[in-house]
Amino acid sequence: MTKKTFSVKGMHCASCVLLIEQSLKEVKGVASATVNLANAKATVEYDAAQVTDEVLASAVKGAGYSAELGEEPQSEDKKKQEKLRELRELKIKVGISLVLGGLILWGSFPGLVSFAPAILKNGWVQLLLATPVQLWIGLIFYRAMWPALLRRNANMDTLVAIGTTVAYAYSVLTVVAPAFVEAAGFEPMPYFDVSTIIIGLILLGRYFEAKAKAGTGAAIEKLIGLQAKTARVVRNGKEIDIPLSDVVVGDKVRVRPGEKIPVDGTIVEGESAIDESMVTGESMPVDKQVGDQVVGATMNKTGTFTFTASRVGKDTMLAQIIRLVEEAQGSKAPIQRVADTVSSYFVPIVLMLAVATFVVWYVLGFPLFALLNMIAVLIIACPCAMGLATPTAIMVGTGKGAESGILIKNAESLELAGRIDVVVFDKTGTLTKGKAEVTDVVAASGYTEADVLALAASLEKGSEHSLAEAIVKEAETKHASLTQVTAFKAIPGHGVEGNVGGKNVAFGNRRLMERERVDISALEAQAVTLEEGGKTAMFLALDGKAAGIIAVADPLKENAYDGIDVLHQNGIATVMLTGDNARTAQAIAKMAGITEVRAEILPDQKEAEVRRLQKEGKRVAMVGDGINDAPALAAADVGIAMGTGTDVAIEAAKITLVNKDLRSVNASIELSKRTMQTIKQNLFWAFGYNALLVPVAMGILYPFTGTFINPIFASAAMALSSISVVANSLLLKRFRVM
Amino acid sequence: MSIDKIIIIVLGAALVALIYWFFFGKKRTAVSAHGSIAITVNGGYTPEVITIPKGQKTVVTFKRTDPTACLEEVVMGDFGVKKYLPLNEEVSVELNPRETGEFTYNCAMNMYHGKIIVS
Repeated sequence: MTKKTFSVKGMHCASCVLLIEQSLKEVKGVASATVNLANAKATVEYDAAQVTDEVLASAVKGAGYSAELGEEPQSEDKKKQEKLRELRELKIKVGISLVLGGLILWGSFPGLVSFAPAILKNGWVQLLLATPVQLWIGLIFYRAMWPALLRRNANMDTLVAIGTTVAYAYSVLTVVAPAFVEAAGFEPMPYFDVSTIIIGLILLGRYFEAKAKAGTGAAIEKLIGLQAKTARVVRNGKEIDIPLSDVVVGDKVRVRPGEKIPVDGTIVEGESAIDESMVTGESMPVDKQVGDQVVGATMNKTGTFTFTASRVGKDTMLAQIIRLVEEAQGSKAPIQRVADTVSSYFVPIVLMLAVATFVVWYVLGFPLFALLNMIAVLIIACPCAMGLATPTAIMVGTGKGAESGILIKNAESLELAGRIDVVVFDKTGTLTKGKAEVTDVVAASGYTEADVLALAASLEKGSEHSLAEAIVKEAETKHASLTQVTAFKAIPGHGVEGNVGGKNVAFGNRRLMERERVDISALEAQAVTLEEGGKTAMFLALDGKAAGIIAVADPLKENAYDGIDVLHQNGIATVMLTGDNARTAQAIAKMAGITEVRAEILPDQKEAEVRRLQKEGKRVAMVGDGINDAPALAAADVGIAMGTGTDVAIEAAKITLVNKDLRSVNASIELSKRTMQTIKQNLFWAFGYNALLVPVAMGILYPFTGTFINPIFASAAMALSSISVVANSLLLKRFRVM
Repeated sequence: MSIDKIIIIVLGAALVALIYWFFFGKKRTAVSAHGSIAITVNGGYTPEVITIPKGQKTVVTFKRTDPTACLEEVVMGDFGVKKYLPLNEEVSVELNPRETGEFTYNCAMNMYHGKIIVS
């Protein structure tokens, strides 16, 4: 039995589903047919011996809809197939041209020629051997040259086509009309070896270049390969395996130990440890239970659980990552603009230099050198290396980052990240785990700790502040009875107020107490002690009188200290921003190893802090969670967002750390530096190569050393040049990000 | 100086001038895209210069009819777009520029160039 899923167009209601299913089931040889309205797809099980695509298509058509069978493979697949076919073809052509070229070389090259059979020395035989190479294998260059010339463009192929044509045409003349050549002042010696070997070597270079280039895009292929193929969903009370593309939002998906999680969602039953390293780069398996989010393409380790699919298809975290990496790989680094300008003038300039070379050597009385040097100039010039220098390095660099959970949005960020002087950290959720816990409850005289907790929790129930959740949770564990709140008001950067049981209750920081003119001197000593221990102390006031303190602590992330330490080691300064009071902030900063702290900062002041540092002439990276610090992230030279949940495309951030590891901040900077170094090496090589070897090919060394570049060596140098640029980019793969 | 050398100098100078005029002297007229535009990829991009409005979605559809390996990918670096263009198939790219200016795009090896003017 064969199973096939295909798209159906024109469906709009449940009756369409029935109609199509019925029509498909009526086909002889079809065992089962299910049609899904949500994703407009039909899945059919059939006997391939009896049923063809056309039969299925006409059955769907008979029901009044259209089927899209033989769906197109993904663009990546298609590209791969086309590339493989091209490589195979190229390999054959390289083989033929080098064998034929080798025979001609044997029959004509000084030194070799004395051992050659007489037949190979015959000009007519050489013409016979060279012609298929020039006119059949070399067609690839003419085919690229013509349409370009028609639009007044020139490229690499233009140079090769002209160079080899000159060599070939001259050689044909020496064989067909030697007297004419001699009369023109040339020695009638054919150069078929030049035309054929150049074509062979340049195509050989292209072959290796294409193979190496495929390696630069390996990261994307690897990410695509992570996807699960099928999902086990519960539909109508039954568990069925369906293709990944058929999963819709809301599906209950069951995952057993050792299975891949197909799409993103939230666990509704069961628990397990999940290895998320393939997507987030986080190496330790994460324990997950009911209510926790799971990420598609990650691996379930121990338990069995069911989750509700929340993101499918192009919305999953993996799909977002792939899209982000693709976009980054297509982006342009500012450094590339130089290469852009040069390459747009390059080929025409080389053509002009080639003509000038011919004229100069001819006038100097060396007609043969004029011809050979002109060919060498055309062949040795390598615009490809310049074109490949930046993009190949960016592809490998961004891909390398993605493998380790560092998503770099574009090449510009990559370039900037390597030049950062200061890294500004947001405290909550970035340096700390963002999961606050109540550590102490202090009651003023006349109140009990239970009163303080109950009142504060009643108020905070309506708040969305990150600390509120901790207080409400603590109240629930202590079974405190919460009271209805009226006139609730949240004051950003201060706290909350409301009316509980006829009393005005205020709960928040010192600033709120000052604003409400509450005397907190009786609690001050205890508050200071708590704050010096890195806890956030919040005051409760009842009808204008201090009633107690609740201390909340948000523990530092395990890797925070190491992450900051490694930045300091590399000479990068760090700053912590927080809305907390100075004492708590200092205590936390000390634990993290940060010396510069800006405390009691209101959310909207974070951006101003970033700008202030920039005004001091520093290049600033801001690390935050991407939610409440978006303006600061956007203002920074490089905004780095710590991944939260399954949303990785954080608009304001230039770099997203899906691994949530603070050491990745330094790793991103290092990766950027290393990628930029590769780009600079590549550009230096590509420019240097052309700047040095084009004049040498023109014969500039002749007056000093008496040497010329043989066009055959020119073609070898040119082939090696672009390969070496790609190979240098591939060396980036060996860089250890973490 | 013999006559052949003089002829070669004159012909050479003329050829250099011709190359200069041929490649650098071409006029490129911008074509306005109204919501969508088709670009043929054959020995370059036709039309080579397009104008699109700022803050508005424009669908640019490429169709490559030229088998040259260099043209198989189009890279619009300023828009974060890198697309593989299968031969003789249409590939659409959605642009929604937020800034005005002139943005060049190119093939994978940066040898063919096109320009997008955002106004």
